[in-house]
Amino acid sequence: MSIDVIKPGLASSIQDKGREGYYHLGIPPSGGMDQRSLIAANLLLGNHEGAAVLECALMGPELRFGEARMVAACGAEMTPRVNGEAQPLNEVFEVPAGATLSFDFVKSGARLYLAIEGGIDVPERLGSRSTYALGSLGGMQGRNLQAGDSLALLPAHGQASPGRRLAPSLVPAFSKHYQLRVVPGLYAHRLTSERQAQFYAEDWTVASEADRIGYRMKGGTRLSFIDREPPFGAGDDPSNIVDACYPIGSIQVPSGSEPIILHRDAVSGGGYAMIGTVISADMDTVGQIQPHQKVRFVQVTLEEALAARARYQEVMEQLRQMA
Amino acid sequence: MSNEVAATTRYSQAGDEFLFVELNEEMTLEAFFLSISITQRLRDIALPGIIEICPANASYQVRYNPDMISAGQLQETLEALEEEVSNQQVRTLETRVVEVPVLYNDPWTYETLMRFREHHQDPSSTDLEYAARINGYSSVDAFIEAHSATPWFVSMVGFVAGLPFMYQMVPRERQIQVPKYLRPRTDTPKQTVGIGGCFSVIYSVRGAGGYQMFGVTPMPIYDPAGEQPHIDDSMIYFRPGDIVKHRAVDREEYDALLAAAEKGQFKPKITPFTFDLDSFNQDPDGYARRVKEALYEH
Repeated sequence: MSIDVIKPGLASSIQDKGREGYYHLGIPPSGGMDQRSLIAANLLLGNHEGAAVLECALMGPELRFGEARMVAACGAEMTPRVNGEAQPLNEVFEVPAGATLSFDFVKSGARLYLAIEGGIDVPERLGSRSTYALGSLGGMQGRNLQAGDSLALLPAHGQASPGRRLAPSLVPAFSKHYQLRVVPGLYAHRLTSERQAQFYAEDWTVASEADRIGYRMKGGTRLSFIDREPPFGAGDDPSNIVDACYPIGSIQVPSGSEPIILHRDAVSGGGYAMIGTVISADMDTVGQIQPHQKVRFVQVTLEEALAARARYQEVMEQLRQMA
Repeated sequence: MSNEVAATTRYSQAGDEFLFVELNEEMTLEAFFLSISITQRLRDIALPGIIEICPANASYQVRYNPDMISAGQLQETLEALEEEVSNQQVRTLETRVVEVPVLYNDPWTYETLMRFREHHQDPSSTDLEYAARINGYSSVDAFIEAHSATPWFVSMVGFVAGLPFMYQMVPRERQIQVPKYLRPRTDTPKQTVGIGGCFSVIYSVRGAGGYQMFGVTPMPIYDPAGEQPHIDDSMIYFRPGDIVKHRAVDREEYDALLAAAEKGQFKPKITPFTFDLDSFNQDPDGYARRVKEALYEH
């Protein structure tokens, strides 16, 4: 009735669409970093689109199935294997009772979403099954998977059909060099206009510190802030502000050196100036970027961000139509 | 206490889902009071399309669904609420006073701060000795007295789950201020009491941190396992607007309170309280005494 974790992989956690309404208390949304792939995997199986799945970063887990279940894996390209035999991505296949499901090293993308017919059964905490590891909340005892864990499953619904797959037009394309669209603002005025322009004019490299909390970038020119008398309560560093809320997707620049894009397990606030926010339509993409890959930030207006959001929603609608 | 009107409010689009509102570039009680009043009103009017309402020290942030309400409509609403709140004759906040027992100069933060001495401005002092000296106190005990004698406003909850940022309710010239560590630590004991800038905090979980560490509280403030009766279903104890009074305890009392907390029997000392911004501004010291009286004489 369950799945045993033989090897946990690098950072595998239970995620769904996340939780809302607690950010003002310091609890971030959590949920799959690439929502589109999470939802696609669930819809392929005939699951509710927000069923709890496994998010597997860079190196997948090894799992033994206690019973036969249909599964679907979407997102990063990590070939699934059942008892060593390669299985397709973006397509429903069965894992027989007693069989082992493992994954090859990642070829492209960073996070694979493994949906299981019925969904993973852990208690909902604050309205979600998603893991928020920093706060030891949700998922498997508030943490990433460990060897020896046993994943309980909700009942299979019998709606999943093997061989059902995503239309090629709905499979996201991964790259090694990404463009992320950003609405400038927040504390961007604390940078000189040349430095603001510089930020968007060069490539940044994703550092090894790239996780569910945030993605750190390096390799660009240091961003110097305009000198000023520090406002009372802000702190002495020119990049400091009076501690404020951090939007999901906002880009902060501690000491001007290495920008950090906050993601779904974000720290909810702090004292570093933010210079813009990645648009909602590009947040799934952030979750698929590997350390050491390149990023170029592209300035957009709010109107352009909303147009991109509409296109993103069209794709999501096509996924739902397929279901 | 400065009583100036907040500098012009600054609205900033943060992507297509967040509106960030800076009420003042510097920390003032006025800005905080405005932040908490506007966000409370926004919560009350239950506008469709509003997802998260997050007050902060001198700013606030709203997450919204732009398919349901446009950024422009939201900003107009917030401007109207700010005007309404600013024009109120009586500026009060219904809140509570909470006593937080603290074992200052405890062995656990001491062990931790010694491990990270090379991250500190003054490796030859402890965090308490350093903070006492740069704030002009003659001894660590005098500094502890200053930290625990005055009330603090919870001006923001966050960073990580349930961590309260607290702003000292004294005239600005007497506010304790300390810089953060030069480089953040990778470890801080759970329920550490510390200060960075002008904000006192309680770390809700063990983890990274950059604030100077002064002690620990036995009081659970974050309860993901749902084991603490004094914490509701949100799992978080503090709310922006709470007033905190620290109380120094000795090791014996700390151990007893911690043992009670581990059995789910911690009972915080709390009293309901109506905060009045203008009376506070007229006489901060007298007001601090009233807060203390409310806590200990009712």
